[in-house]
Amino acid sequence: MHGLINRALQSFLTLNYGPAAWSDIARDTGLSPDGFEAMLHYPDSVTETLLAAASRRLDKSQDTLLEDLGAHLASLEPVRRLLRFGGGDYWEFLMSLEELQGRGQMALPDLRLPELALNIEENGLIRLRVRGDYLGWGLVMTGLVRAMADDYGSLALIEPLDPQAADTPAGAEDILVTLLDTAFAEGRTFDLAGPMEDA
Amino acid sequence: MTVVLTNEMLQGSGHARMSTVALGQLMPMCLWLGPDHTILSMGPTLEKIIGGPDAIGKSFHDVFLIGRGGARTCAKLEPTRRIHLSLRKKPAISLRGALVQSDGGGFILNLTFGIHLTEAIREFSMTEADFASSDLAMELLYLQEAKTVVLNELRGLNRRLEDARRSAEDQARTDALTGLSNRRAFDAALSSALVDRRLSGRPFALAHLDLDHFKAVNDTLGHAAGDQVLTQVARILREETRDRDVVARVGGDEFVLLLRDILDPAPLQALGVRIISRLEEPVPFENTVCRISGSIGVVISSNYDDPTPEQMMADADAVLYQSKREGRARCTIAPPPLGQQVVTEIRTAG
Repeated sequence: MHGLINRALQSFLTLNYGPAAWSDIARDTGLSPDGFEAMLHYPDSVTETLLAAASRRLDKSQDTLLEDLGAHLASLEPVRRLLRFGGGDYWEFLMSLEELQGRGQMALPDLRLPELALNIEENGLIRLRVRGDYLGWGLVMTGLVRAMADDYGSLALIEPLDPQAADTPAGAEDILVTLLDTAFAEGRTFDLAGPMEDA
Repeated sequence: MTVVLTNEMLQGSGHARMSTVALGQLMPMCLWLGPDHTILSMGPTLEKIIGGPDAIGKSFHDVFLIGRGGARTCAKLEPTRRIHLSLRKKPAISLRGALVQSDGGGFILNLTFGIHLTEAIREFSMTEADFASSDLAMELLYLQEAKTVVLNELRGLNRRLEDARRSAEDQARTDALTGLSNRRAFDAALSSALVDRRLSGRPFALAHLDLDHFKAVNDTLGHAAGDQVLTQVARILREETRDRDVVARVGGDEFVLLLRDILDPAPLQALGVRIISRLEEPVPFENTVCRISGSIGVVISSNYDDPTPEQMMADADAVLYQSKREGRARCTIAPPPLGQQVVTEIRTAG
């Protein structure tokens, strides 16, 4: 798993549960409390061990942690901004998700984000199909897509579907998006030009 | 299939008006000019930039400069695959585009910001709606930000690696207890002092100090007392030497000093005596005091033709043992070899 993802997991655990909890979880995983370097690679097993350790220590299911991680990612300003480049409103943002893997690759060729495919069903619901090299990306995306609805000021219901369901192919995770109102509230501001760089 | 645009379409019937609106959506930064270069119409984004109603009817040349940054102006508009313009009111912001001649002798330009995209967006408060869907502006902005995030991460990583490298290097060169240099660092300093001497004749002295009665302190009062004494010795040696000198702990109770720019035995002797007398000051430890002394042997680079580090260290060792043999607590300086009164450094220095 890319260090950037592991690092995000680390910052999520540290911010939400405190540095002491992170140190305990890192120790359980066999990591130093310094944790991960965002620009290095780590074996997938490290991430899996870390998630299991966090789940044990915090007494939270891995599913919950993964969804919360998705929401945390969307709250990081640089990531939020990169996501907002996807579109002017939440609908356009949802439509841009199919390009997310490619955009990630454009920034970091070895990032390996999951492949996302959108399908608008007959009843108007949007089915987002997530295929990553790790089963759990669907939950991360659920948290992320949900947090971005708030960011755009849209009202939407976003629920992960049971991966065992008959209409979900093996290896995929489906998310159901019910878009109720794209202009429900005032979203967070987004200026294309972004803040001036501190030299 | 070709689309033919005529001035009638741009100015005339309702059908033609539709076309300009539709084309404006496709190309929000396009500009229509009459044959005399009068601005007739423009896409919505360009309106935002040059002030739509104000600009219409003006001459193209009142609003734009042809060429980059206004450096090159010419009145001629010729159909071209690529034209560079800048804004008269903001010459720093340049535009790039294509120019075609319309049927009636007028011109149609389709413009874009090119590399000054970010500045233009900031200057004119532009949003994604200002760009054509086919425009790669969003991708360019996205890449620019993504690149900045990645670069900042890499810069952070480089800084952390550099800090780690430095501290590993410091640890590899430092004696953990006293913070003095260790043998490895001293060997490097001695080699470089010898190179310095060879190249520029810069002299130095090498002093070897061995503590007297240190073993007794360790044996009777324990290692904590020994450590306290060693720390105190390090402090004295640091205080008695200058920044350009190197002080190293090279064994349990053995120290070496590299003293630069010295070739006179008298100040060296004085320094040795001063160090020994300070070493003899009792060091308080718990309810008692520790008493030690030291023996020193010194060699001076000017007494050699072209010495090796090993030779100088061995000679310093030999005079140190002479100090020990003669009753300890003294400083011995190796005399110049017989018959060698004129020394290299003096010759070099003139």
